[in-house]
Amino acid sequence: MITLTIDKKKVEVEKGTTILKAARKVGIEIPTLCHFELCDMGIENKPGGCRICVVEVEGRRNLAPSCMTQAEEGMVIKTHNIRVLNARTTVLKLIISDHPFDCLVCAKSGQCELQHLATQFGIRSLPYEGEQSHYRKDTSPSIIRDVDKCIMCRRCEMMCNEVQTVGALSAVNRGFMSVVAPAFEMNLEDSPCTYCGQCVSVCPTGALTEVDHTNDIIRALTDPTKTVVVQTAPAVRAALGEEFGLEPGTLVTGKMVAALRELGFDYVFDTDFSADLTIMEEGTELLQRIRGHLAGDPDVRLPILTSCCPGWVNFFEHNFPDLLDVPSTAKSPQQMFGAIAKSYFADKIGVKRKEMIVVSIMPCLAKKYECQRDEFKVDGNPDVDFSISTRELAAFIKKANIDFLNLPEEDFDDPLGESTGAGVIFGNTGGVIEAACRTAYELHTGKKLERVAFTELRGMEGIRSATVDFDGLPLNIGIAHGLGNARKLLDDVRSGQSVYHAIEIMACPGGCIGGGGQPYHHGNSEILSRRAAAIYSEDERKSIRKSHENPSIIRLYEEYLGEPGSHKAHSLLHTEYFPKTNGVTVHLQS
Amino acid sequence: MSQYKMHVLVCAGTGCHSSESNLVYEMLRDEVERKGLGREVQIISTGCFGFCEKGPIVKILPDNTFYTQVKPSDAREIVDEHVIKGRSVHRLLYTDPETMEHVLDSKHMGFYKKQLRIALRNCGTIDPENIDESIARNAYQALGRVLTEYSPQDTIEIIKRSGLRGRGGAGFPTGLKWEIAGRNEADQKYVVCNADEGDPGAFMDRSILEGDPHSVLEAMAICGYCIGATKGLVYIRAEYPLAIRRLKTAIAQARDYGLLGENILGTSFSFDVSMKYGAGAFVCGEETALIHSMEGKRGEPSNKPPFPAQSGYLGKPTNVNNVETLANVPVIILKGADWFSAIGTEKSKGTKVFALAGKINNVGLIEVPMGITLREIIYEIGGGIKNGKKFKAVQTGGPSGGCLTEEHLDTPIDYESLTAAGSMMGSGGMIVLDEDDCMVSVAKFFLGFTVEESCGKCAPCRIGNKRLHETLTKITEGKGTQEDIEKLRNLGSVIKDTSLCGLGQTSPNPVLSTLDNFMDEYLEHVHEKKCRSGQCRSLLYYVISADDCIGCMACKRVCPTHAISGEKKEVHVINQEICIKCGACMEKCQFDAISLLNDYPRVAVAINN
Repeated sequence: MITLTIDKKKVEVEKGTTILKAARKVGIEIPTLCHFELCDMGIENKPGGCRICVVEVEGRRNLAPSCMTQAEEGMVIKTHNIRVLNARTTVLKLIISDHPFDCLVCAKSGQCELQHLATQFGIRSLPYEGEQSHYRKDTSPSIIRDVDKCIMCRRCEMMCNEVQTVGALSAVNRGFMSVVAPAFEMNLEDSPCTYCGQCVSVCPTGALTEVDHTNDIIRALTDPTKTVVVQTAPAVRAALGEEFGLEPGTLVTGKMVAALRELGFDYVFDTDFSADLTIMEEGTELLQRIRGHLAGDPDVRLPILTSCCPGWVNFFEHNFPDLLDVPSTAKSPQQMFGAIAKSYFADKIGVKRKEMIVVSIMPCLAKKYECQRDEFKVDGNPDVDFSISTRELAAFIKKANIDFLNLPEEDFDDPLGESTGAGVIFGNTGGVIEAACRTAYELHTGKKLERVAFTELRGMEGIRSATVDFDGLPLNIGIAHGLGNARKLLDDVRSGQSVYHAIEIMACPGGCIGGGGQPYHHGNSEILSRRAAAIYSEDERKSIRKSHENPSIIRLYEEYLGEPGSHKAHSLLHTEYFPKTNGVTVHLQS
Repeated sequence: MSQYKMHVLVCAGTGCHSSESNLVYEMLRDEVERKGLGREVQIISTGCFGFCEKGPIVKILPDNTFYTQVKPSDAREIVDEHVIKGRSVHRLLYTDPETMEHVLDSKHMGFYKKQLRIALRNCGTIDPENIDESIARNAYQALGRVLTEYSPQDTIEIIKRSGLRGRGGAGFPTGLKWEIAGRNEADQKYVVCNADEGDPGAFMDRSILEGDPHSVLEAMAICGYCIGATKGLVYIRAEYPLAIRRLKTAIAQARDYGLLGENILGTSFSFDVSMKYGAGAFVCGEETALIHSMEGKRGEPSNKPPFPAQSGYLGKPTNVNNVETLANVPVIILKGADWFSAIGTEKSKGTKVFALAGKINNVGLIEVPMGITLREIIYEIGGGIKNGKKFKAVQTGGPSGGCLTEEHLDTPIDYESLTAAGSMMGSGGMIVLDEDDCMVSVAKFFLGFTVEESCGKCAPCRIGNKRLHETLTKITEGKGTQEDIEKLRNLGSVIKDTSLCGLGQTSPNPVLSTLDNFMDEYLEHVHEKKCRSGQCRSLLYYVISADDCIGCMACKRVCPTHAISGEKKEVHVINQEICIKCGACMEKCQFDAISLLNDYPRVAVAINN
C-alpha cells in the first residue's frame, strides 16, 4: 500500500493506482475529459491527451495528468490551486476555441461532456479567437461524423480498435488538423465500419451521432394513407426511462407502449414477438445441425453462430468472408418482424404492403443499416422502413410534449405484440442462446424443462462458456460480447480449434442493453448491469418463458408458415451473407 | 595507408556533395591516374569537415592544406601544382577574414582552433564506406576490449563515471540509462539509435552517420552487451539517403568482418543491427513517439512512465540513445572515463556538436568542449557576424530553444546554464541573429515550425501553439494589443506546464525568451506599430515626400488598391489604411519621392506635412 496526500487529505491506495482514482477515494472528483472507463468490462481510455485532469505534484517541474500518473509513496498533490485551475481553464478554453459554437442546434446538446465542463468551469468568454479546424461531414446509413466537433479524446478510436477490433477509426493528420477518421479520410461507409455505434456511445461531444429518422416517421404518421406499425426491441424498455430521469434499470414497457400510441402509431407491437420467432427458426436450425453432426454428416458445419446482431453480421462479412456458412441463416428479430408484418399481418388487416410503414425502436445503430439492405426489400420496398434508437424515441416523446412519467401502463397490440420471457432476454449478452436452449431442450428431449433460467450463461465477462446438458447430450456453448471477443472465438473456428457447438455473439459490450443507440451511460458500467437486471426481472415476471409456447407464434405457424424451417419460413425468415470488400484495399488499388 | 605518400581528402558530406564534390573527387582521381600517380596518391571521399560555408572542401595530407570551394575544374591545377610540384594553390586556400591572409595549415584556421572533435573524430578523415579505414582509426577496438575484458557492469560504470549525458537534448546520464535498461529482465531487449534528427538546419547526427557510421554501430553493440540486448535498430529519417546508404554499407561490412552478427569476435555475444525509416516527423525524435513509429503506429508520444527501459519497442525493455551520444562511447572506453570527464564543466562532460547557422561568417558543423562560451563560438569559431553587423541574439536548442542575448555571451555552455538562461542545449542547433532580425518574427518563425510538427495528441500543444502563432502573427501585422502580450505569456507558460511531451513542454520557449529579453520590440510592434528591423511588412509605410513629389500621377495610376490621392501637380498622399505595401508606387516614381519608413510617428508627421 502507498500513502499520499491529496489536498491535505491522507489517502492510502494500492500500488499502481492513479492519482485520479486515489483522489476519488477521498471524495475529490478531479475533472476529466478524454478519460473514459467502463470498469466492469476492463475498458479504459486514457491517452492523456486533453490535459484537463492535470494536478500539481510537489517536486515535479510540470503538472501531471492525474488519469495516468501513478500514485507514489509520499506524494503531495494539489488538485485545485491557482496554478492548476489556471492551467485547466486555459486548456479548456483552447479546446473550446477549436470547437463549433452551435450548441443550440447540436444533437449532443445537454449530453455533451465538453458543454458540462464549460458550465462547471464557468467559462464566460474566449480569449483565444482564431482559425477552427474544418473537415468534410460524413454521413453513413447509421452514423454521422461531424468531426469539426472532434476534440481528439480518442475514445472512439479505442472502442473501434481495442474493444471492437474493427479498425475503422484512427487518428489522422498532424497537429492542429489532427482528427479521428477512417483511413485516407474515406467515408465511413467505405471503411470496415460495422455500425455497432460504440464510437457514438462514448463520444463526449457531437462529433459522432446517429442518423436521425424521426422526421421520416412524423411524415409517415401524418400521412392518412399509411398504416404505421411499430416494434420495440427488448433492451429499449430497460433504458428509455433514464432519458426521463428514472433510475437506471427501471422498466418502462407499459409507459413506452402508451407513449407510442399517443404518438400516433396504428399498431404497437413488440420485437420480443419476433425474437420468439427467431428462436423457433434458429433453434430448429441448431438442432438440425447438431443432429446432422451427430449422424456424421460431413457437410454440417459446427458451431452454429447466432445472427440476430447486425453489427456482428457486418463484422463477419468484413473480416471472415470465408466463414459465411457458419452463422445461422435466421434473420434478426427486427427483420423477421418486418417480413411478417408486411405479409401475414398486412394480409390479416387487409392493408397493401406499400401502404404499410414498419418502424422499429432499437437500442442499436447498425439496425438502421440493416433495414436498408437490399435483401430485406421486396420490389424496393423495405420490410422495415425506419429504425430509430432509444435516444431518438426519447427525444420524439419529449418533442411531442408527452408527459411520459404520468402515462398509464398499456399493453402491446395483438397478435405481433405477444411475447415470452425468452424473447425479452435477447437484450442481454447470453440471452439469445439461453432462449434457444429453453426451446431446443424441449424440442430435442421431448421433456419439460424444469429450470428455465440457465444462469451459467449469464454474466458480464467478455467471453464465457458453459456446457448445457441436453438430457445426456452435452452442448458446449460459447458466448462473446464485444467484437474483439467475437474475433477470438472466430479465429478459433477458422483454425478448427473451436470446441463449441453453438456460439452467441453480440457486437456491443453487455449485448443490446449496451447498444450504440441507448441513452448515454457516460462510462458508468453500473447502468449497464442495472439494465441487464431489469431485463431478467421482466423475464421472470412473464407467465410464458419459452418461445415455442407463445400462442401467437403457434398460431402464426398454424395459419401461415407451417413448420419452422419450412419453405415459406425460409423465404420470409432466413437470409444469406455476402463478403464485403475492404475499403482500404479498394482505396490502395485505385 | 602507408604505401601512399599523399592523401587527398574530398568531403562527401551532404553539403559538399550537393555542390558537386563527387565530381571533384572523380576529376582528382582521373587526373592522378592520368599522371600515373595512382600508387602514390590516394584520393579519399570522406565525411563532413564541418566547414560547410566554404564547401566543397579538399584537404591534402600530410601538408594539412585546406582548399575551399573547390570546383571540378580545379582538379587539374591541384594535381599539377600541389601534388606534383608541391606548391599550394593559393587562390583555393582559406583566407583569414581578419588578416586577409591565406592559411596554409588548417590547424591555424580560426574555425578549427577552438574545436575539440571527439564525436566527429573520424568525420573528414576516413572513407566512411571502407571499414578498413575505420579499423585503422581504432574502430571496434573498444568493443573487443569490452567483450573480452569488462563485464557489462564494469562497462556501465565507465560510462557512468565519464559523465556522458544524452546529446539529443534532454541530457539524461547515459550510463544510468543503460543500467536501468540492463536491470529490467526480459527475453528480448533492444538498443535503438535515434537518428531522427529534425531541428531545422541541424545536421550533427547526419554528418556522423555519413562520415563515421562504424562508431555508432560499435557503440550500439557495446550498449547491447551492457543491457543484454541482441538486437539493434537505427531509426533514421528516410530523407537522409546518403546516411542510410553509408550505414547499410557499414552494417554489411561489419557483418562480413564478424563485428556484427553471431558470436562477435569469437565471444558468446551476438548482436545485429537493422534499420527503420522515419517519415520525417520532428516529434518522432521523442523516444516514445519514435518507438510507436517503429512499431508501425502513429508517431506520437505517450505518457512516461512506462519508460522505454521498462516497456519500449514491442513492449520490451529498450534503450534509446542519440547518434552523437553513441559516437562518444567507443572513445570513452578506449581513453577512459577520467580522460572524458576532464573535459567540460562540473555537470556537463565532454564535447557537444553544434550546427552553427544564421548571420555568421563561418556557417557549419562544430564540436566544442562543454564550458566554452557563446562568445568564443560566435566570434572565434564562427568568425563573427556577417557583414560587420551587430550581434542581437543566438537561438540555441533548435526550434524549441530560447533566444539568448548579449548578456549571455560569456556564459559557459552546459545543460544547466542554458536552461537557467531560458534556453536549452537541445540537440545542437545554433542560429545567430543580427540587428536586422525582428525578434517577434523570429519567435513566430520557430512557432510556425512547432505548429507544423505538433503531433496533435494533446490539446495544449495542438491548439495552444496554433493560438500562440496566431497571436504573434497579429502582432507582426500591427494588430496586436497589450492584452495579446499578456495572453502570450500565460498561454506560453500553460503550454509548457501541461503538454504531454518535450515538444509541447518547450515549444513556447522562443516566445517566452523573446518576451523576457526583447519586450521592447513587442511593445514597439503593439503600441508604436513599428518593427525596428523592418522585417514585418505590415509595419512598413510607403510615404510620399511633399518636397519631392511633383504630382505626376504615375504612382496614383499604378496603385492597385487606389490608395493614393492627389490632383495633377499637387502633392500626392498614400492612405495607409488602404495601402497593401506592394511597392509598385515606389518602383514607378521617377523622382525618388516615395520612401519606405518603419516608424509610425515619423510617418504620421510626414503625412501631416
